[in-house]
Amino acid sequence: MQIVVCIKQVPQTTEVKIDPQTNTLVREGVSSIINPFDMYAIEEAVRLKEKFQAKTTVITMGPPQAEAALREALSLGIDNAVHLCDRAFAGSDTWTTSLVLAKAIEKLSPVDLVICGKQASDGDTAQVGPGIASHLDLPQATYVRKIDTIHLDTNPKIMVVERLLEDGYEILELKLPALITVVKEINEPRLPSLKGKLRAKKEVIPAWTHKDIGLSQEAVGLKGSPTQVVKIFTPPPKKGGKIFEGEPQEAVSGLIKEIEDLL
Amino acid sequence: MIKVIKDKCVGCGLCAKVCPSSAIKIIDKLAVIDLDKCNLCSACVTACKFGAILIEREELKKDLSSYKGVWVFSEQRNGEIAPVVFELLGKARQLAKDLNTYTGAVLLGYQIKEKTRELIERGADKVFLVDNPVLKNYIAENYSRVITQLLRKYKPEIFLAGATTTGRSLVSRIAVNIHTGLTADCTGLDIDKEKKILIQTRPAFGGNIMAQIITPDYRPQMATVRHKVMPPAGILPQRKGEVIEEKFSEIEDARIKFIDFIKEELSTVNLAEADIIVSGGRGIGGAENFRLIEELAQVLGGAVGASRAAVDAGWIPYFHQVGQTGRTVSPKIYIACGISGQIQHLVGMQSSKLIIAINKDPSAPIFKVANYGIVGDLFEIIPLLIKKIKEIKSS
Repeated sequence: MQIVVCIKQVPQTTEVKIDPQTNTLVREGVSSIINPFDMYAIEEAVRLKEKFQAKTTVITMGPPQAEAALREALSLGIDNAVHLCDRAFAGSDTWTTSLVLAKAIEKLSPVDLVICGKQASDGDTAQVGPGIASHLDLPQATYVRKIDTIHLDTNPKIMVVERLLEDGYEILELKLPALITVVKEINEPRLPSLKGKLRAKKEVIPAWTHKDIGLSQEAVGLKGSPTQVVKIFTPPPKKGGKIFEGEPQEAVSGLIKEIEDLL
Repeated sequence: MIKVIKDKCVGCGLCAKVCPSSAIKIIDKLAVIDLDKCNLCSACVTACKFGAILIEREELKKDLSSYKGVWVFSEQRNGEIAPVVFELLGKARQLAKDLNTYTGAVLLGYQIKEKTRELIERGADKVFLVDNPVLKNYIAENYSRVITQLLRKYKPEIFLAGATTTGRSLVSRIAVNIHTGLTADCTGLDIDKEKKILIQTRPAFGGNIMAQIITPDYRPQMATVRHKVMPPAGILPQRKGEVIEEKFSEIEDARIKFIDFIKEELSTVNLAEADIIVSGGRGIGGAENFRLIEELAQVLGGAVGASRAAVDAGWIPYFHQVGQTGRTVSPKIYIACGISGQIQHLVGMQSSKLIIAINKDPSAPIFKVANYGIVGDLFEIIPLLIKKIKEIKSS
């Protein structure tokens, strides 16, 4: 059994600040982390590896510095890493990003399970996971909060998962190969071990370009992307409103007076 | 593809400041872009006051004039149409008017024919209905197969769906099948009247920045839209519309099977669709105290939310978590009780229309985003609030 985990390097949200003068995002000195939801994807893959002796591979598409995210995943127990790293990939939207990742997964075949985080904390689209599934024509389960069972001795292999919805959850049965995206509830990620860190440091991570995955330069990056960003702007900052302090009874009456019409 | 026009650049450094990838450095009063870091997001292009940065794109010349109509995916479960659909229909009518075209609704399910009436009353000129036992429960694979075929046949120019768990997982599959652009979780949709294209506005970085996105060369232009942002379309009981029923064969993907749906016990109100959400955080102090939050939510007819701290402490299930690693919500009123307002929480709720914070620490960051705040002990404040609201509701 081989599991591929797709991850993304993102800026640490806690460090993102707004410059009050220019009203723009201050990114200077902001460190990069693995997208929080991807940590659960990594952990789930490592747990399945421990349970079923699966082979695990982590992939990411991103600039040279994204290699640090792959090394962190290795330190957490993932076996191999591949870095989709090519200037031609710059400007990829979710359509093209999912194409690049899908082609890489194809090259790693046979793959039984692809695991992604629910969404990335910078773009918040939740589109790349289902996009990969569609490019590869795989069945999918998004927002998975639990893998109930996996039967590896059946043909095809079968997996039962719980999928979190707005008002509850549903239970789905998938035939492998399949793709899932996971939410925080699925597990509690471990910390890297010292042994893992040492191994991650030494590992040679292959970098694949568009040629390695059989795509033309026109099919990826800005050129291959159906959507275009025309403008990015910072919304006006919230100023903070009316604060009631002091005696609780008065404070509550004051608040109620303000919002009464809305109730 | 991206370049700095040397004659125009004054080296002011605004571009370097806004670059989310730290890809720009000012060297000898000139912006220099590190192409290994740049992901062509265009933040610098917008920020530059001198028009000194350009991203060049080749224009594809395609004839897109045969694409007509603004379509809405009419998400339903057990025959109940999701409220976000009515919000989308209101918006779709506006867009269709600007484009001088019709509004379409796509309805998939089993024994749901009578629901077409509801869609017409809310503004659909044409309802595309596919009624089939296979479509009784939502399965992304089956639904995407059917909708892909409908889009290929009828060629709408715009396709909208709610940014729900269903919408987000479904439409991305379809967009890949069709090979067109998809923009997630939009909070604004407008027509560029000159170019006749859809301008999609969406938050990124948890709402800290906004991006405007277009799909100029591919059709349909697809977007998922955040709940509760757009006003729902009104009901016109006499409105006329056409129902087009389609039958497709081989729509069942045998590789995936729906087994069961289990409703969340604690919440009577759907968190994403709730008009009012009352959330508790670390200041609640324990699982048993969440009863107070539930009671306030109940008297307001709202849903119960929670911060990560409360969920991680095991006081309330993850289902209720609002914030970066939980849900994004935008109700009419969000009441944060004992929540300090870490950025990870704020990104999940700051698009709420009215924010009320109750916290004993006057310096808590939650007060910076709150429209109204009460500084005080929530165990004193909330019972008083409940009492007052009950008085109002009964009078």
